Amino acid sequence: MSRIKELFAVKPNRVLNVYCTAGYPGPDSTLEVMEALQEYGADLIELGMPYSDPLADGPVIQESSSVALANGMTIARLFEQLKDFRKRISVPVILMGYMNPVLQYGFERFCKDAAAAGVDGLILPDLPEYEFETEYGAIVKQYGLDFIFLVTPETSEQRVRKLDQLSSGFLYAVSSSSTTGSNKEMGDVNSYLQRLRNYKLKNPVMVGFGIKDRESFDAACENANGAIIGSAFIKALNGSEDVKTGIKNFLSGVLA
Amino acid sequence: MPTTSYQTPSPQGYYGKFGGAFIPEMLHPNVEELQQRYLEIMQEPGFQLEFRDLLRDYVGRPTPLYYAKRLSEQFSTNIYLKREDLCHTGAHKINNTIGQILLALRLGKTRIIAETGAGQHGVATATVCALKGIECIVYMGEKDIERQAPNVARMRMLGAKVVPATSGSKTLKDATNEAIRDWINNPKDTHYIIGSVVGPHPYPDMVARFQSVISEETRWQLKEKTGSELPTHVIACVGGGSNAAGAFYHYLDELSVQLVAVEAAGHGVNSGLSAATTALGKPGILHGSKSLLMQTEDGQVIEPHSISAGLDYPGIGPLHAHLFDSGRGHFMSATDEEAMRAAFEVARLEGIIPALETAHAFAALNRLELKPTDQVVLCLSGRGDKDLATYMKQMEMLGE
Repeated sequence: MSRIKELFAVKPNRVLNVYCTAGYPGPDSTLEVMEALQEYGADLIELGMPYSDPLADGPVIQESSSVALANGMTIARLFEQLKDFRKRISVPVILMGYMNPVLQYGFERFCKDAAAAGVDGLILPDLPEYEFETEYGAIVKQYGLDFIFLVTPETSEQRVRKLDQLSSGFLYAVSSSSTTGSNKEMGDVNSYLQRLRNYKLKNPVMVGFGIKDRESFDAACENANGAIIGSAFIKALNGSEDVKTGIKNFLSGVLA
Repeated sequence: MPTTSYQTPSPQGYYGKFGGAFIPEMLHPNVEELQQRYLEIMQEPGFQLEFRDLLRDYVGRPTPLYYAKRLSEQFSTNIYLKREDLCHTGAHKINNTIGQILLALRLGKTRIIAETGAGQHGVATATVCALKGIECIVYMGEKDIERQAPNVARMRMLGAKVVPATSGSKTLKDATNEAIRDWINNPKDTHYIIGSVVGPHPYPDMVARFQSVISEETRWQLKEKTGSELPTHVIACVGGGSNAAGAFYHYLDELSVQLVAVEAAGHGVNSGLSAATTALGKPGILHGSKSLLMQTEDGQVIEPHSISAGLDYPGIGPLHAHLFDSGRGHFMSATDEEAMRAAFEVARLEGIIPALETAHAFAALNRLELKPTDQVVLCLSGRGDKDLATYMKQMEMLGE
């Protein structure tokens, strides 16, 4: 059983996944941030690999990516940083990023190095299911990594079921049609999440986009297995003097 | 005719190994709707009738195929200019925006977004939105807004909202990112009119089909003039590659015709300030398709450079990547300086001031070894009014 599956077996509700950008705020902050996230209550960590043209992301995460790239962050450097991280971190870790840097690193080499480092899953939002099924899915599976697809309120039932079948670990339910960090109304999100629940999918459902504090986290957890916080966390990190205190304050606000 | 056509991509939008639709799920409903409906809509007799009528009466097609006598003498060959600069709004871009606005209306869309580099596509989009009374938002790099002021003013006068893209290199690539983000945030009422043969499937094929009117006309026009539909060479400049796709389209499977694509070398291919994608790029994914892409070893997109805003793009359409990869296309590049010199030469020999983008195609004439028997078609994709400030600066430098 993968670490992600184990997590949901033990804790099926109120799972908190926090997104952070590798190499942000400092070039060597990656592990420090991850450790503090685990210490102060994150159940899952989504580690973003910075990219120059992050289409699905809003300004906050794009800015953190620019800083990380200016800090000299690369995939090769990330794997150096992650070399012994399993000695210090036990929560599941997912790498999130865009296809181009992964292709340049070499898709198979990337999966191999991720698995060897102790990474549990991947989110590559611009890898479509056709290419996943015909080319890349087999490689992901070969190295025992979970792969998480996104669905949105506009995704048809048939397609949700297909993406659920292709996914393992969990299914990422985007709360509204938007880029990350938007302030769109979460109005119809409950009926959408109930709809997903009624499908009786094989994977747990995690809600992301627009989750920023205790209220939105609680609301998301009512109809899903948990939620993902990204932009709000990056913003908090950006505004705090030291990483550890910033993370402690932010997470105690969300989980209190 | 070869058994596999260069014209048409696979059902998933692949030209050889390039193309596809590498998009986040948030874009899926819009892109899928287009994939399923674009061919059917484009083939409706009512659509074709309206499209052809507007191209004739509004755009001013067919555009002339002009035998450039003095330029031909200069290069001791026969040069025909396909006068896309005489299209309404001053460039070929409107062939595509007319097609896409008619398609958007048939899809029930009420809001149009677009990206623009030199501003030609933005103006062409603002124009057709005014024509149809539809809201229009154009994303344009902050740097391009500065260097293409007349086109910004034109878009505003036509009623479009011009939104500056302030991220990254603040040019065409970043304007495209912002337009895609807008589309993600407005999944129901909005159609994104992409201006080049780039983006996720079906855009490269759809835009190439709308622009293919260029070579469709060239064939019968050349036959009237020379007795043959086939030239020896077709030359066009390539940024994303829409005018080249249109000028090449009906010659793609005529293997005797040499297709010459001219990219922008900026300060020189190896200067670090260039936009010559086929020379500098590797396979990669940008703006929803797999193609050739200027990028670092780590897969970060490199900020390109060209004096011409319309060619200042780190990628190239997947059709062109395939033409390069398969050897069907002959790819060259021209520097800022060579393009500038060519623009002045054409102005004085033919009384035509070309756009800076097109000037790159003219610059290639110096490097092709053309014979007196050759019949060369050059796609004069746009007129140079928008570039006058750059040209004036050059004249000052030369003391003219």
